[in-house]
Amino acid sequence: MRRAMRAIAMMWAVLACAACSLHNAQNALDAAGPQSSRIAGLWWLMLPIASVVWVIVVAVMLWGAARKRSPREAVESRGGSDVLVRDDARDRRMTRIVAAGVIVTAMTLFLMLIADFRVGQALTMAPSTKVVPIKILGHQFWWEVQYPDSVPNKTVITANEIHIPVGTPVVMELSSLDVIHSFWVPSLTGKKDLLPGYTRSLWFRADTPGVYRGQCAEFCGLEHAKMGILVIAQKQQDFDAWRAQQLDTAATPSDSLAQHGKNVFLGTTCVMCHTIGGTAAGATTGPDLTHLASRQTIAAGTLQNTDANLYAWISDPQRIKPGVLMPATKLDPRDMQALVAYLRHLK
Amino acid sequence: MCSRFADRALRAGLVVLAVAALAACPRERRTFHDSPPAASPAAESAKVVRSDSGVSRQGPYGENAYALNQGKQLFAAFNCVGCHSHGGGGMGPPLMDSAWIYGFEPANIYATIANGRPNGMPSFKNRITPQQTWELVAYVRAMSGQGSKAARTNRSDEMEVRSAEAQTTTEKPVLVAPPPTVTPPAQEHP
Repeated sequence: MRRAMRAIAMMWAVLACAACSLHNAQNALDAAGPQSSRIAGLWWLMLPIASVVWVIVVAVMLWGAARKRSPREAVESRGGSDVLVRDDARDRRMTRIVAAGVIVTAMTLFLMLIADFRVGQALTMAPSTKVVPIKILGHQFWWEVQYPDSVPNKTVITANEIHIPVGTPVVMELSSLDVIHSFWVPSLTGKKDLLPGYTRSLWFRADTPGVYRGQCAEFCGLEHAKMGILVIAQKQQDFDAWRAQQLDTAATPSDSLAQHGKNVFLGTTCVMCHTIGGTAAGATTGPDLTHLASRQTIAAGTLQNTDANLYAWISDPQRIKPGVLMPATKLDPRDMQALVAYLRHLK
Repeated sequence: MCSRFADRALRAGLVVLAVAALAACPRERRTFHDSPPAASPAAESAKVVRSDSGVSRQGPYGENAYALNQGKQLFAAFNCVGCHSHGGGGMGPPLMDSAWIYGFEPANIYATIANGRPNGMPSFKNRITPQQTWELVAYVRAMSGQGSKAARTNRSDEMEVRSAEAQTTTEKPVLVAPPPTVTPPAQEHP
C-alpha cells in the first residue's frame, strides 16, 4: 500500500513538472488573448467535472468488484432445478439509482455542450474593428508569411516568424502549397488546418506582448516535428517600425567579406530557391532571406539564428532535418564563411 | 472435430506465412545522408551497372522513387517547365517523346543540364547541386518512358494529358539531328 502511494506521488510529481511553464514553451493554459483564454476557460470547466466523474466511476467499479454477493441474490437450487431468487424492493431501488445516474450524466453533458457552443461561437465571430490581414502559406517544412497591402510593393513577405500588434485582431488567410498542415499557436488560438487549394480564415488577438511558439499540428511529412513558428506580439509602434523595416530591400554588404559572400550567394545554388530583395535572387521555392538576420531562428524554429548554426545548416541540412528539401551545398570553407557573414548581415 | 482443428491450424499457418513473406519484400530505403553522387557524369556512369541489353542504364537515382519525385518537384521549381512545359515542349524541345537530340543516356542528360546546349539550353552547373541534377535526370528519363518500371512518380498537379510517367510504354529512343543554329538576321539600317 505504501509503495503504491509512493508510486502515485511520483506520478503526480512528474505531471506537475511537465506542467511547469518553460521559456517559449507551448501552453494552451497560458493564455495571452481572448480566444485562448476562452479555450483555457473551457478546459478549467471540464477538468473538475471530468475528475469527479472519473473518481465516481472508478470508485463504483472497485466497490462492485470487491463487494460480496448477498446470499438472497444467489441462484438457489430448488427441487432439482436452478431458480433465480428475485428481490422486488431491491430491483426498484436499483432502477431509481440508474435513472438518477442517467439524468445527472445527461445534464452534465448538456451543460458542457452549451459551454462548448458558447466558446465556439465566440471564436468564429468575425471582428468588426480594424484588423491586420496576414496570409500564411504552408510548405514542407516551413511557413511563408505575407502581409498583403493594397499597394503591391508594400506587401511584406517573410518566413517562420509572425509579428503582430498587441490589441488589434489579426485575420489570417491560411492555405498550403503542398500537403495539409495545421496552424496552432496554443497561447493565442485554436488549431486551423492549411489545405492545399483552399483558403481558410482564422482570427485572434494578442493582449500581452511576448513571443509565442506555435507548431504544425497536422502530420505533413518527415520533418513535421521541426516545423515551428514564432508569433511575436509587439506594441503598435514597434510593429509599424518592424513592418517599415521589412519593406526595405536587403542591406548592402559593408565589408569585403560580406561582399564576397553576396557573390557566393548569387553565383551558386542558393539563387535557385531563395529570394533576397534588391538582388538578382528571386526564386520562391525556399524561404525569403531578405531580412534573415532579423529573425530569431532558422529552419522553422529548429535552430537559434547564430553564425555557427547557419554554417552547420547550409553545409548539411540533411543532418539537422533529414528529409528537408534543401540540399547540402559543398562550398570552400572560406566561401562558406563569407556567405554566413553576408547572411548575418541581412538585418 | 480433429480435421476442423487441423484445417484452422493450416489456415492460421498460411496467414502467418503470408505476413512473413510480405515482411521479406525489399522495401526501398530512403537515405538522406548518403554522399551525393559524383559531379562528373563519366565517373558516375562508370559506377552504374549495365543491364543485359547493354543499352538501358538508369543513372544513380533511376530506381529511387523519392529522388524521382524530388526531380519532378525541381522540374517545376527550377522553371524547366518554362521552356519544356510539362514534357510537351515549347521554346525547348519536348521531353516526353522518343526523339533525343543530345543523347538519352543519364550521362548525356546530366551533361545537357550541367553544361547547357546550343540554341538556348542554359548551363546550370553552379546553380543546381549534382544531387539535384541527378534527380532531374531520373525524372526527365521517366517522362519519356525510359525510366525504370520499379519506381514511379506521384500524380501530377497539372492537367494530365496522357498517362503518368513510368506507366507509358517505352518506345525505342532515337537520336535526331540537332536543329540548325539560328543566326540572327543582319540588322538593316535604313
